[in-house]
Parts: sequence; structure tokens; C-alpha cells
Amino acid sequence: MTSSPIVVRVKKKRIVELLASGKRVDERGLTDYREIQLESGVIERAEGSARVHLGKTDVLVGVKIATGAPFSDVPDKGVLTVNAELVPSASPSFEPGPPGEDAVELARVVDRGIRESKAIDLEKLCVESGKLVFVIFVDVYVLNHDGNLIDASAIAALAALINTKMFKYTVEDGKIVKKPGYTPLPIINYPIAVTFAKIGDKLVLDTELDEEQVMDARLTMTMDKDGKICAIQKGGGSGYFTKEEISEAAKIALKKTEELRKIVVKG
Amino acid sequence: MPVFYEKKQLVAPGDLLAEGDYVSGDSTYKENGKIYACRLGLVDYEGRRVHVVALKAFYIPVPGDTVIGKVVETTPGGWVIDIKAPHPARLRASDVVERSFKPETTDLPSIFDVGDLIIANVVAYDRTRDPLLTVREPGLGKIMRGQLVEVTPTKIPRVIGRQGSMVSMIKRETGCQLTIGQNGLILINGRSPKDERLAFMALRKIEAESHTSGLTDRVTEMIKKERKAVESK
Amino acid sequence: MKANKKKTKKERINMTNKKPEKLIDKKGIRLDGRKLDELRPVKMEVGVLPNADGSAYLEQGKNKILVGVYGPKEAHPRHIAQQDRAVIQCRYHMAPFSVDERKSPAPSRRDVELSKVIREALEPAVFLEYYPKTSIQVYIEILQADGGTRCAGITAASLALADAGIPMRDLVVACAAGKADGKLLVDLMDTEDKVGEADVPVAFMPNLNAITLLQMDGSLSVDEFENAISMALDGCKQLYALQKEALKSKYVAVEEAEEE
Repeated sequence: MTSSPIVVRVKKKRIVELLASGKRVDERGLTDYREIQLESGVIERAEGSARVHLGKTDVLVGVKIATGAPFSDVPDKGVLTVNAELVPSASPSFEPGPPGEDAVELARVVDRGIRESKAIDLEKLCVESGKLVFVIFVDVYVLNHDGNLIDASAIAALAALINTKMFKYTVEDGKIVKKPGYTPLPIINYPIAVTFAKIGDKLVLDTELDEEQVMDARLTMTMDKDGKICAIQKGGGSGYFTKEEISEAAKIALKKTEELRKIVVKG
Repeated sequence: MPVFYEKKQLVAPGDLLAEGDYVSGDSTYKENGKIYACRLGLVDYEGRRVHVVALKAFYIPVPGDTVIGKVVETTPGGWVIDIKAPHPARLRASDVVERSFKPETTDLPSIFDVGDLIIANVVAYDRTRDPLLTVREPGLGKIMRGQLVEVTPTKIPRVIGRQGSMVSMIKRETGCQLTIGQNGLILINGRSPKDERLAFMALRKIEAESHTSGLTDRVTEMIKKERKAVESK
Repeated sequence: MKANKKKTKKERINMTNKKPEKLIDKKGIRLDGRKLDELRPVKMEVGVLPNADGSAYLEQGKNKILVGVYGPKEAHPRHIAQQDRAVIQCRYHMAPFSVDERKSPAPSRRDVELSKVIREALEPAVFLEYYPKTSIQVYIEILQADGGTRCAGITAASLALADAGIPMRDLVVACAAGKADGKLLVDLMDTEDKVGEADVPVAFMPNLNAITLLQMDGSLSVDEFENAISMALDGCKQLYALQKEALKSKYVAVEEAEEE
């Protein structure tokens, strides 16, 4: 069901009015997340996997491991590549075909969080420097879109990586020989993304689809386990943020990422 | 209440023009009691009204304007005309042909075909629909001959001049007929290519220097100089 | 142990492009002689492409960027048109010869992402609601790249939009700040971006105090991040003044010639 400009305007008015009195349509607080359900290891064929339900948003991430040549400027590091697919059945607004700009942006923001926080110790994934390394494929599969795909995908990706097991191996004659047993992927950091939406002059976290359709802009902040920012992305509309709003968001993000991390990283 | 520029000063988008109880005119906008320019041009203050004469802007159709356009498509109901506006304009077949015309028997391309130039008046335009043209009035219709020149539409008033002073001067000095479309298209019809070239050069000079003063005299001088140079060969 | 295999030409070339040891020396001077808060030399020119409705050319250090703008005109294909406003179609594209290792002309995922964020940086400035069902096309060509091209692209695109006579609330100006060798610095060139600790591109509309593009990659504390934004905004303000000058200079020259 596509929204005509008039429908969107009426919806926006109602949402903005509610927000002015500190409320949202589903009675959450402005910085409250919906219920999060996390399941790991749901796809046995994948080396690692996780599925996240954030309200009705449903994201599945699978991790596959292959071997290949490293990039020439980093010869002793493994390769990480993140891809996202907005499957057409997830929303009437998703069309089949190669990734559009929304899918590309989603993949790159999730990638940035993992890469810049050095969540995976890529140096431990080098088999032979300059020749052979492990390649980690993280594929984000959005199964249902009810808002806040970035945060859900980032949580699912991190959980999937934590869930990932690599086979043990030795190197004989420059070739990899599998040994019995598995070892977890070397994960040394835990990036979490929180995405703020600007609606009117309020900052709102974890938007559901209705709220996303009326937001002016969104700002994603990804922080690592030490409270360092590792990725930021403003997007989602033709609105803007003031420097003061960005500072406010950073403070909220510091607390929120810590809270959300506890769901993914136990103990 | 402060104004921040002098009349006829050059301003750019985002320049703060005035603050307080002013009204925003052409190429300006008002936000939080402040008036900003939204185009590059010359600012002018007239009483409470602040406006900018843009150095470059595309044409927005105004009902009543005379425009020159090119036929780009024929449809069963009429023609689509490019008048260099954000939206293509339409000319209905019923505007030209007698009342009970039959699309099957009336050959619209024989009246106006793709590539033809026409002079028309704008009948109606609101932003939700394409502009509507008419060729009903005398002097309108297909253009048969002449050289077409394009200037940015905001300069058309300068080409015409105060009470037509500039355009009559060009007609006088070059012997050319100028048909002026409000959408920036101008048709030159002269006795010889040499004459038409003089008119063409005059228009180019007006476009480049429209923001300066004393232009009419300088253009007159230029035409006279060029004419002498050509005649002495 | 590495086999003593003959290295391919590509490997040999890459071996000689060693990463620099230090990006900032003891006196706080960068590899290209700049101080930490200094911008690269900038040149801006407006109205350089005769066929486009608006255009601009910008050089910033080794960056060479050309922008052409068309419109507003009828939106094609029809289904992208919006009933209540114009749409901006933006393409950020790098010429194959713009970087050290030839880049394929096909749009990369980075090109797709940058085209999107640049469009979103420009949209708040344009009065889109004045021209429903039309599209404004912005083509950003990176002819030579040395870091900070999305920011320079935005700065140049604003000039091109203004040159096309498209009404704007304000010019959008962009500048990046970041961290290298532990220090915060402004306007990173490619080496500083690749080897440094963080990069924060920012686009800004000064009148509305509006940040229309904000990205970050790397690692920064919240304090460092806030300082980086301030540095980037300072850079923006300097570039904004140059933008205004570039727009006005074409016409000022005519006035001065006439006065002679």
C-alpha cells in the first residue's frame, strides 16, 4: 500500500502531536526499544547465523567462510565482506533485482561498524601472508520491514559472527588441510548501532515503519565496547540535524549501546 | 529595522537581506522574521518589499505571457510544446481546429508538426498541471522565418527596456523585427543576415551586462561601431 | 616461507607504495606542509559547462571536481516523479583515471552510497516543493581524487545548483575533519584518510545551523568526535565565503570592465 502525500501528512501530524507530549503511537518512551528476540545458530549450513526480531522487524544474518587472496595493501589480514538483501516479500516497497541504494547503504553501515571497531581479529585469519587468507561473508537478509533495519541488522550480524565456528586446520604444501574440531571466530570487539530519527524537533529511537515514513532524517551511531564511536551515518530523508542535536544523540547512544550489547554478549 | 545591502548590490543564495517587518518578493524567502535571497542576483528594496532580480532563472509560465515554443510531440488531442519551463506545455487541437474535429480525419501534423516553432499565449498554469497555451489571438501561430536567440528569462525586461526603449532602439539601429517571448526566446527578423547579426550581438551584450547601468547607450554605440566596421570592408 | 617466485609487475608497484611512517611531524606539520587546522588550497569556478543548466568546477589540493546540473525538468522515468515536490537525481562518479589504480567506470557500491548521501545533503537546501513532478539532475564527476571528494563534490554541486538559477535556502558547504597520528586535523587528504584513525565528513547550511551530511568511520571518543565536528564546521565556514565569492565574481568582473 503506497502512501500518498496527503495520507503521510495526516499521519505525521498525529505522530508529531503525540511526540510533543512525550508519547509514541505504541506508548513507548522516545528512547525505548521494542521487544528484541535474538536466536543464534538457526541456519546449520552456515558457519554462523542469527535471527533478530525487533518488534515486527525480522532480520536473518548468515555467515559463510571461504578462502581467497588477500587485498594487496593488507597482505596478512583476512577479508570481511558484508552484503544486504531487502527481500521483496519483506515489504511492498522492496523490488526484486540487484541491491538498490538502501540495501547498499545498509550493508556498508553494518560493515563499517564491524570493520572500524576491529570486531574480528582479521590478522588471525591469515593462512599465508600475501597469498591465502580466510574470507568472511556476512549476508544480511531482511525478512520483514517494520522500521529500524540498521539496528536490527547490526545486532544480528554481531550475534551471527559470535556464533560463527571455523574448522581447525593445518597448512601442508601451501594447502589447507582440515582437522577435526571447531574454533570460534576471533571476535575482540562488540559494535552496536543505535539509530535516531528526527521527527519535528524530537529525537526518537527505534522507529517503527509509520514513524520512519514521516521522519525528517535519521542518524545512526555505532559504538564499540569501550564507548568509542566507530561509525556514523546520517541519512533517511531531506532533513538535517543541528550540532546540539548531534551532541545530545551521542550522549544517549553511549548509554543505549551498552544496554543493547548485553542482549548480544552474555556475561 | 535593518537591511543589509544597498539597492542593486549583488547577492547570493543564503545572503541575509533584511530583518524585521518586511515582505519577501521574487527570489527571496522569509524565515524567522529574516529575509534571505534564494537566487544569485541584484537586490532591491521597495518600501516594505524586498526582492532579487535573478541573474539566471528558468521560466515559470504566467497566464497572459506570450511565449515562443517548439513542438516536440503530436498527440491525438493536440500538441506538446517545449517552452523551456520545468513542465512541457500543451496546445489543444480544439484551440486551432473547428469545433467538431475528428482525430481520425484531421491531420494534426499538417497544422503544426514536430520541430515547428510557434508563438502562443499562456492561458492557464498552476503547479499541479502542465501549462496550457492558445494560438487563437492575432499574431500567434506558426513561425515561418527568423533567427531564434535564447536569453535567460529574467533578462527579458532589460531587453524590452523602460517603456520599450531598448527594443525600439535595436529595431531602429538594425532594421530588425524582434518578437519577444517572456520565456526567454526571441525571434529576430531582419532584411539581411548582417542586420540580424547586429541584433544578435546586441542581445548577447544585454544578457552579459544586464546588471549594469547605462546599458542602452553602450549597446547603441556597439551596434553603430559594428555597422561601420562591416560597411568599411 | 615465501616461495621465491618472480613478482608480478602489480606486486612490485604495490611494494614500493609503502605507507608513510608519520603523517604529522614533531612541529605539527603534515606531509603536504599544512598545519592541523589548515585547508588545502581551493579554487572554485562557476558556469563552466555551456550545455548544462548550471555548472561548477572545484579544485581542493589535488582534487579536481566538475559538476553539471539540469532542471528542473519533467521527471523521467515517470514513476520516480513525486506529486508534491521535485526529486533530485544525483550521481557521484569517479573517472577511471582519477585514482592511482585505474577504477572501473561501472558504479561501485561506494559510488551508490555516496550518490545517496550527497543527494540527501543537498535536498534540504532546495525549494523542492515549488516544482512538483519534476526532477533536478546533479552529475558530480571526480576527475582526480585525493581524499575528501564527497565534501568537495557537495560544495561544487551547491554552486552548480545556484548557477542553474534553482532557488535555494542557502548554499550547502562541506568539509571533513578527522584524526591522524593521535591528533585531530581538518581536510584530510587520501593518505591521511587511509592511514589515520578517523574521518568525519560534514555538510552544513550556515543560515539554518543545519548539518545535512554527517558520516564517520574510524575510532573516536565522544569528546574527540565533538571536537572534530567543530573543526569541520570551521573549515565549512571558510569554504562558504569562497563559494559566495565564486558565484559573484563572474558578474563583478563585468562591472569592473565597464568602469574602465
